[in-house]
Amino acid sequence: MPDYFSAAALIQVSYLVTAFLFIMGLKRMSSPVTARSGILWAGAGMVVATLATFFYPGMTNYPLIIIAVVIGGTIAWISGRRVAMTNIPQMIALYNGMGGGAAAAIAAVELYRGGGMSGTEATLAVVGGLIGAVSFSGSLIAFGKLQGLIRKSLRFGGQQFLNLLILAGAIVCGALIASGINASPMVVTGLFALSLLLGLSMTLPIGGADMPVVISLYNALTGLAVAFEGFVLGNAAMIIAGTVVGSAGTLLTQLMARAMNRSLANVLFSGFGDTGGAAAAGGTVSGSLKPIEASDVGVMMAFAQKVIIVPGYGMAVAQAQHKVWELCQLLIDHGVTVRFAIHPVAGRMPGHMNVLLAEAGVPYDLIADLDEINSEFETADVALIIGANDVVNPVARNDKSSPIYGMPILNADKAKNVIVIKRGQGAGFSGIENALFYLDNTRMLYGDGQAAVAQLIAAVKAV
Amino acid sequence: MTGIVALYIFMLAAFTGYEVIAKVPVILHTPLMSGSNFVHGIVLVGAMVALGSATSPLEKSIGFIGVLLAAGNAVGGYAVTERMLEMFKSSGARGAAGAKGKH
Repeated sequence: MPDYFSAAALIQVSYLVTAFLFIMGLKRMSSPVTARSGILWAGAGMVVATLATFFYPGMTNYPLIIIAVVIGGTIAWISGRRVAMTNIPQMIALYNGMGGGAAAAIAAVELYRGGGMSGTEATLAVVGGLIGAVSFSGSLIAFGKLQGLIRKSLRFGGQQFLNLLILAGAIVCGALIASGINASPMVVTGLFALSLLLGLSMTLPIGGADMPVVISLYNALTGLAVAFEGFVLGNAAMIIAGTVVGSAGTLLTQLMARAMNRSLANVLFSGFGDTGGAAAAGGTVSGSLKPIEASDVGVMMAFAQKVIIVPGYGMAVAQAQHKVWELCQLLIDHGVTVRFAIHPVAGRMPGHMNVLLAEAGVPYDLIADLDEINSEFETADVALIIGANDVVNPVARNDKSSPIYGMPILNADKAKNVIVIKRGQGAGFSGIENALFYLDNTRMLYGDGQAAVAQLIAAVKAV
Repeated sequence: MTGIVALYIFMLAAFTGYEVIAKVPVILHTPLMSGSNFVHGIVLVGAMVALGSATSPLEKSIGFIGVLLAAGNAVGGYAVTERMLEMFKSSGARGAAGAKGKH
């Protein structure tokens, strides 16, 4: 930090305030009661830091800066306000990729300029640039996959070896630059080209089901890249915010992987997640599917003590969550205790189903996760399964030959009555037969999710 | 800032990040990931400094893209996080809001 005249001092104090607001904001975001205020705190921190930076000593190019902020900010604001809640995961990937790209751009400006950097600074600029560029191209692929723009998972023999080769090439370029042996623009271009390529080739083979873990990992990586570029620029706000996100993001990635019953290494290097090929496995299921009419289910639920609803992504696809909440309110008026049981992998990423239910107006205290609710199924009169399949399949508990064996499931089969709303007969997303559907206490309510729930609403009203 | 001070900051910030979210419930995983995504939008200040010090056309172009992307990260991250968290309400709050909203 060169001088201690007022502008520089003011900026330092502003960054300190920003760091405080960010950490408090994240802390508040980790409880549902205070979460809403958390983002406001963090948002205030961002405004303070951005405004202070306009007074940075020796700044030029103000018109360019303002134009870029206005264009980038406006597009992001409009897209962020408009996106459907079902598409939130890919938007997070997109915005995260932009952050990684920005970190890489800072590194590129410093490295193309050359000179004036110590060995340490040059090394950190290189590492941050590499990570940022990988996060940028990788996140864009993740966005494309979740958005349905990229449908295939590119896989071939020796893929891991090729990735290793690309990484080695990028490291060689980086070492040449950092050591000062050859920091020519051509080597710098090589570093960024190889890093971008690495992000592409790492992410292309990973299936859509595993994308949330990958996005979370890239989120942590972008944080790290920001922290490293913060070192290069001597910017404490970037170091602190970037590092906090780097470590919080790493922890969150592990939590997500655990919730999905996968290890991080498994996600990154085994190249599946499409759950193909496993369909043939699984033992035979005995019993028959027993259909039921909506009117009977309506009576059953209206006179129940306790109903537990198990929603899956199928409910969100059918846009049935608003109807489901309407049904719940009717049941609550009838004196029924209603709870929602959410499996960690319900939705496109852990916690996504909670967002979708919250959008429909379901209060979060009616929503319980697997550990909380599993003991309650035994006391429930009705478990209503809508759009969920594998997460309530009892074979995960007892059939060692099943591909989903060992996955924690919701014990819906323990309820006195199980009602499954399903479009038709046939196996689920993973192609595994669901033993729950054939149990003696299970009845099938066939039909489109939204229409079936509408019938249930009418049936309960008629009681 | 000297190297060792920077390392101290790095270490303490890493512990802070870990501790702050160590007990986060699964229901908040998606909003929290989005929230931390917003926080690294602080890269905007770095991108502004980089563009602010750029001289050659190449540096200016890259710096411009950097600021554009960083502003997208910060603003977009805020917009989606705020939308998600705004919807998290308890039964008590819901009852009050619902009574007002009913026609």
